[in-house]
Formats: sequence, C-alpha cells, structure tokens
Amino acid sequence: MTDLLDRPPGGLPYPGGDGDDLELMLMIRAFEYKLLDLFAAGMLNGTTHTCLGQEHVPVALSPLMDPRDHVFSNHRGHGHYLARYRDPHGLLAEIMGREGAVCGGVGGSQHIHRDRYMSTGVQGESLPVAAGVALHLSRAEPGAAAWAYIGDGTFGEGAVYEALNIAALWRLPVVVVVENNGIAQSTPTSAHLAGTIAGRAAAFGVPHLAIGSTDPAEIRDIVAGPLGHVRAGRGPLVLEFRTHRLGPHSKGDDTRDEQALREARAGDWYHRYAAADPAGLARVESEQRAYVAAVADEVAARPPSTGRAACG
Amino acid sequence: MRVADNLNAALHDLLDRDPRAYLLGEDITDQYGGAFKISRGLSERFPGRVLSTPISEGALTGMAAGLALAGDTAIAEIMFGDFVTLAFDQLVNFAAKSVTMYGKRLPLRMVVRCPSGGGRGYGPTHSQSPQKHLLGVPGLAIYEVSPFHDNHAVFGAMLDRGEPCVLFEDKVLYTRPMYPAAEPFRLTPPETPDGFARVALPGGDPDCVIIATGGTAHKALAAMRALLLEDEITAALLVPSRLYPFDFPAAIGAANTVFVVEESTAGGTWGAEVAHVLHGRMWDRLARPVQLVHSADSIIPTAAHLEERVLVSESSIHRAIRKALRG
Repeated sequence: MTDLLDRPPGGLPYPGGDGDDLELMLMIRAFEYKLLDLFAAGMLNGTTHTCLGQEHVPVALSPLMDPRDHVFSNHRGHGHYLARYRDPHGLLAEIMGREGAVCGGVGGSQHIHRDRYMSTGVQGESLPVAAGVALHLSRAEPGAAAWAYIGDGTFGEGAVYEALNIAALWRLPVVVVVENNGIAQSTPTSAHLAGTIAGRAAAFGVPHLAIGSTDPAEIRDIVAGPLGHVRAGRGPLVLEFRTHRLGPHSKGDDTRDEQALREARAGDWYHRYAAADPAGLARVESEQRAYVAAVADEVAARPPSTGRAACG
Repeated sequence: MRVADNLNAALHDLLDRDPRAYLLGEDITDQYGGAFKISRGLSERFPGRVLSTPISEGALTGMAAGLALAGDTAIAEIMFGDFVTLAFDQLVNFAAKSVTMYGKRLPLRMVVRCPSGGGRGYGPTHSQSPQKHLLGVPGLAIYEVSPFHDNHAVFGAMLDRGEPCVLFEDKVLYTRPMYPAAEPFRLTPPETPDGFARVALPGGDPDCVIIATGGTAHKALAAMRALLLEDEITAALLVPSRLYPFDFPAAIGAANTVFVVEESTAGGTWGAEVAHVLHGRMWDRLARPVQLVHSADSIIPTAAHLEERVLVSESSIHRAIRKALRG
C-alpha cells in the first residue's frame, strides 16, 4: 500500500529529489499554508496545528532515521510525516476525510499510524510508549531507536519525567526531539517552564544538545555522533531545537503581539535561503506551491473516505 | 491450590510458552516477588523479561503498550488497583484507542493486572474496586479473577482479544482456594475460558439468580447457603470472568429475579451496566427490576469495624435478597 500512497491513482508523484532539503521544507510549508487556506474556505473539519517555521527539524532528522526506527509524533506533526514519507496526498486525504486517507479519516491531523510511525494527540503520552518500543528494539533489533517529537510545553507533563527516568536507567535507545518554539499554545515558555530543558536532561544524566541551526546538513553533522551512542546502547538523547512558530497554535488563535511575531519571523530558516539565492528560492517555492495546490485540488475531488486505512 | 498460586503458575506458563512475553511492575522481581507475591520466582526463571520499574504507573503501563505495539506480549502489574488512576491516560487515550483509531485493527497483546478490593484494612486509597472507572471504553476489556476460572485460560482469552485488558484481582481471593467446595451446590465450569461459571442446586429452577464478580463469589455463595437453610430461598450463582463487554448469560435460564453483586461502592457501578443489559433482553419476564448489591456510598475506612460497615458482605447480600423475596 505504500506504493499506492506514494503514487496515488490520478495523483502527482512528489517531484522533489530525495536529497533536496529545501524542496522538502518548502513542500511542507506550502502544505501548511494550503491547510490554513482550506480552513479559511470552510473546507476542513475540526482543527489542525501547522508546523510553519519548524519544517527544517524533521527534514534534517529524517535521513538519520533508520527504516527500523520507530517515530512518535505529536499534535504538530504534518512535517514529521511528510519528511518521512513524502506523501502529501495521503495526509491531506486524512485531514479532509477523503479516499486514500492514511488512516481512513478516523485519526485526522493528529492521530496517524503508518508502519513504524505513530502520532497521538495527548501531550507527553508518547514518551512512555516510545520507551517500551525502545525496550523491544534494544532486545530484538539492536541499533534501532525510538524517536519522539515533543514541544517545550510537553515538559509540563509528568509522563515525560517518568519515561526519561526509566529510559536513562535502562539505557534505552530513545531520542527525544524537543521542538522548543518558545510558546505552548498561548503561554510563553517563560510562563510555563521553570529552569531549563538542558537542566532537566542533566538531572537524569541524559546527554542534551541545544541546536539553534536551521541548516539541515549542519544539524545532521551535530546529531550524528551522539546518535551513534544511542544506537550503540548507551541510553537516550535529548535534542532541543530552538525554533519559531510562525503561525497560530491551531487555526486563527494567535494572541502574540506584533513584536513577538516579528521575532518569530526573524528566526525563520527561510531568510537564510532568501539571502543566499533569492531567485532559486522563489523558483522552488513556486514549484512546490503549484505542486501542493494540484495535490489539494485532486484530493478535494475524491469521494469521502470509508473509515478504513489506506495503509497498514 | 490457592488463587495466588494459580495466578503465579499462569504467569510462569505464559512467560515460558511465549518468549516475547514481558512482565513489568513495581517490586515484582525476586526475592521480593511483588507486594502480593504473585510474581514470585518469575524474574529468576526469566531474567530480562520480568522487570521491576520505578514508581511510575503511567510510564510502566505506557511501556507495556509500547512493547505490545512492537509485537510483544506485555503484562503490567499495578501494585494496588487504586493506582490504576495514574495509568488512566495510557490505558484510555493511548492503548485502547490505538486498537481502532488509526482506521484499522491494530492488535495489542497487553494485560494490566490490578490487585483490588478491601477487607484487609489498607484504608481508603489501597482498598478500592475501581473497575467501574474503566467500563465503557471502546477497545478496553475488563476482567476479574474468580475462583472458578483457571487463570492460564483467562490469560489466553485476554491476549487473544488483541486489545488491552485490565484484570482485577481481589486481594482477599489470593489466599482462598481455587474451585472451593460448594456443597450442597454444584459447580458447572465455564464453557469458554472467560464465560460464566454456574453454581446451583442440581435440577429445578432457582428462586433467583445472583450474578457476582469473582471477588465477591465466595460471599455470594455463603449467602446462598444461609438463604437456603434459613429462608428456604434457592439461588443460582453466575460468575463471569469478563466484566466488560458484558455478554448476556445464557445460563440465566428462566430466572425472573436477578441480583448483581460486586464490591464497588455505590454509583455508576458495573452492576448498573449489567442491569441495563439484562433489562433490554428480559424485561418482559422479570418479576422485578434487577437489583444491585454493592458496598456503601463511602470511602473505605481503615479500622476493621468501620470497613465492615461499608463493604458488601455475606450478610448484606443475604439481607438484600431476603428482603426482596420475603419482604
């Protein structure tokens, strides 16, 4: 069924090259903007959380993920899914409740399961599960790891600490990817997090990397060594990405003031590419927007989903 | 054989037969062997698959779900069933929902064991019967250990469901015998591993049927004896292994008077769910609505004389049935 999703009947194959980070980042961005447009047009049901400004994180990490690795995503997970599967058709069909939906339209934006990828909608819930999967992997498939994407706000949940404690004690291959975008829904990090994420990792004796780079290649260089230690059975790793949430929490619910939004926009990876090669960026951006627009037109025209997953 | 030994043997057998089976819980490894010694001998025999965890009910339940997600068989022990509240999110929002919320059946072989119930003076936070808090969750099955159901078969039935199951184990039952002598009543074993066991006088229709949880079955049986000897009331006892989803018991026969007995305190009980099922199926032939017999609307006190006033007992079951049938 993977083939079907990669090349849906009547759909357009993803045009990006496997190695082209910028194309993938812009595809994810175009996908998220398209979702906001579809919401504004009343074409989507429920809610969704876009990852605008954070696209580089999964794009950087996905090539480091072994096919045997399990990935746990969260409510803001479109980029995580798209970076692993390059399947905007299946994801949009899921979000729109159309034929070919990854999970038949039952799960929606924040409950996706495909092969060894799973997202759930409750904060912190995935970390103990990832630790359990990592326990399995450490015995059955040594060298493989369980990755869990969480946010800065997730550190309010006790499950995070319970899982970190056990993962460290038992040296489980867990990689916690923290997308610290400085805000939990409407609450800034300064109002929800005492101390630091680094301090929390240190308390459990878990290595922690603070990553400010938005360059996927540079990020991979930073992560590769410590990731090797995880795969070698030395225990978990916390990767804290300093990111910026460009968009609202969900649809139109941004309460930040103009200065905060200016600061978020100033940290956008987009500017680095714009400064280096404005014409090249514009070209790729335009291609990806056109591609995603065509995907959306095609998916919107599909019949409603049956409630049965399009993939196992 | 004591119920505790049957449970212990069932776990030994499970881990022996299934090399992918794990047991996670607090203080479950030897020499301690668990707060109630149900896991005794397991960690020495199956090192690496029987793991004592930190005091983290949420995480150990989530890890069990993770193991099950990866295709393993996972048994988790919550030391006192009261603490299953700490694992509520993992059970209800993760494990149970994962079975169906991704648009396909995602089988999870997972059982969470919960020693439960009062009668041992452990007080309000270590004596509850929290079964009712977990009823009605799609993808989550609720079981209770009974002296009439072999736990080898019950574990098999739970795991074969391919969805998370919570097994409540009444602590008072641990030291009681399996298949207790029931004279003058006769035991009809369950037809399926998690079906109903029936205990009744041979022949003839009884005056009433008692449906009782495994943990209260011995109290119901004692009440049945007293009802027979003192009041000449005949009762048949039905004991399920699976509490939820609750199957209509064919063995209820032609009964027109039914009591449901459990240790839960009042309000939103399992018995109310059972009554609802029975009313829908047999309202026309019932002489009276199904009557619930359970503990009082109260926390469970520690002192023996206070605890006794709250918990369902042989005498409270006897009283309720006599009053209903004899006035």
